[in-house]
Amino acid sequence: MAKITYIDHSGEAREIEAKNGETVMETAIKNSIPGIDADCGGACACATCHVYVDEAFMEKVGQPEDMEQSMLDFAENVQANSRLSCQITVSDELDGLKVTTPESQH
Amino acid sequence: MADTAALDDIGEIADPWAMALEEIDVSRPELYSTGAHWEYFRRLRKEAPVHYCKDSEFGPYWSVTRFKDIVAIDSDHRRFSSHNHIVIGDQPEEFLTPMFIAMDQPKHDVQRKVVQPAVAPTQLSELEDLIRQRVCAILDNLPVNEEINWVEHVSKELTTQMLATLFDFPFEDRHLLPYWSDIATSSPAVGGGLDWEERDRILGECYQYFAQLWQERAAQPKKFDFISLLAHDPATAEMVNDPKEFLGNLILLIVGGNDTTRNSISAGIVEMNRNPEEFAKLKGDPSLIPNMVSEIIRYQTPLGHMRRTALEDVDFNGHKIRKGDKVVMWYISGNRDEEVIDNPDEFLIDRDRARHHLSFGFGIHRCMGNRVGEMQLRILWEEILKRFDRIELAGDPERVLSNFVMGYTNVPVIVRPL
Repeated sequence: MAKITYIDHSGEAREIEAKNGETVMETAIKNSIPGIDADCGGACACATCHVYVDEAFMEKVGQPEDMEQSMLDFAENVQANSRLSCQITVSDELDGLKVTTPESQH
Repeated sequence: MADTAALDDIGEIADPWAMALEEIDVSRPELYSTGAHWEYFRRLRKEAPVHYCKDSEFGPYWSVTRFKDIVAIDSDHRRFSSHNHIVIGDQPEEFLTPMFIAMDQPKHDVQRKVVQPAVAPTQLSELEDLIRQRVCAILDNLPVNEEINWVEHVSKELTTQMLATLFDFPFEDRHLLPYWSDIATSSPAVGGGLDWEERDRILGECYQYFAQLWQERAAQPKKFDFISLLAHDPATAEMVNDPKEFLGNLILLIVGGNDTTRNSISAGIVEMNRNPEEFAKLKGDPSLIPNMVSEIIRYQTPLGHMRRTALEDVDFNGHKIRKGDKVVMWYISGNRDEEVIDNPDEFLIDRDRARHHLSFGFGIHRCMGNRVGEMQLRILWEEILKRFDRIELAGDPERVLSNFVMGYTNVPVIVRPL
């Protein structure tokens, strides 16, 4: 289990108890978190679950692999801490993770 | 409600359930203009979801018809190439027009990134007021209580105006855009009626027109229209000097922003008439509009397929796809896959997870203008509900003859004001 905080574009925070093994995207969808569309359903094929990862967790979350990087290349307002939330799997290590959703998904 | 009305019209087209599997050829354009394709795909999804057709007008090809398999092929751009050919038929070498949708990495990425800012959400929010004004003007000028063709009066006109805005194209000449788009998509590569030479001649006029616009834009400061973005980016600043590549990318941007949204606009009217209970839901709760827009786009699937070419031998679900084989991803089928979408033949404007559809494709070639299309449909329906009690279908809609463009040439309607 890990507590994950989703912060929307306006700054509103929502804290969720996430299950290990599910992704940060799946946890968001199951809990009706706004700002994540997840059109492809978790196949790393659309970039509509784009989030900004809190700097403190960048190392634990790790770097995007090739396909994710290719998809991120076509998202809007990508930053160094941009990730696709369908590619981040929840574990105890990520307890306390904060992610911010962008103004819009493209 | 399923397309039962269309199924009644099959006429002389063979019953797909009575044929040998290997005889099934879903490339025939008349399947789509009659609506017979639904049952063909139902059988393929059930009995041969990865299917090889040995012989067709377009040569041999694989059909991939289930949702998850389509996502897998679409996102596997390293093994399934888009180089030069993205529809079922090959474009003859002498008529090839390179465009970034028909390129692989890295060139695809470079060119796409240059034009993408024109259709990114931030830029679109700047355009929303203008689009709404234009939608209002179109709707306020519609003849009411008499029969009109919705395709010409609304679908085509609105998408043409949007496209003219994205290109900053001279407004008085905007009708050239859908004209060129229709010419570009009528090629023999998708079962259309025009021959390659005539198509090439007309598209040459398109090139000439845009080459002049390019020179103007290059001499002015950079703006957010497609041509200005291309002319000012070092990666594409020389594109105008390669007439085929410039024309190819023009066709991509024109077609991409034209048929797709046009046919989704038309389809919305058709489906609302076929599903009056859904229209009642919408009138009762206009906040359903964004979800309905996704459902229209799924249900219509404006582009029925995309094609890839295997770059190496691939074992796909036990099938040996050989290097060089054509692999056709039938989005029109995957969007009705009962394994992924509940009651897929039903048009439900409040469907759960309505955005989970294949119509925009997936992977690096995913539709760049998806938000433009959605925005036009959303604004249009917001303004329709403010003005009209209903838009009645006044006759049978006529479909486009193509295995690629899933669309309507005529949707006869009578608009009834509030």
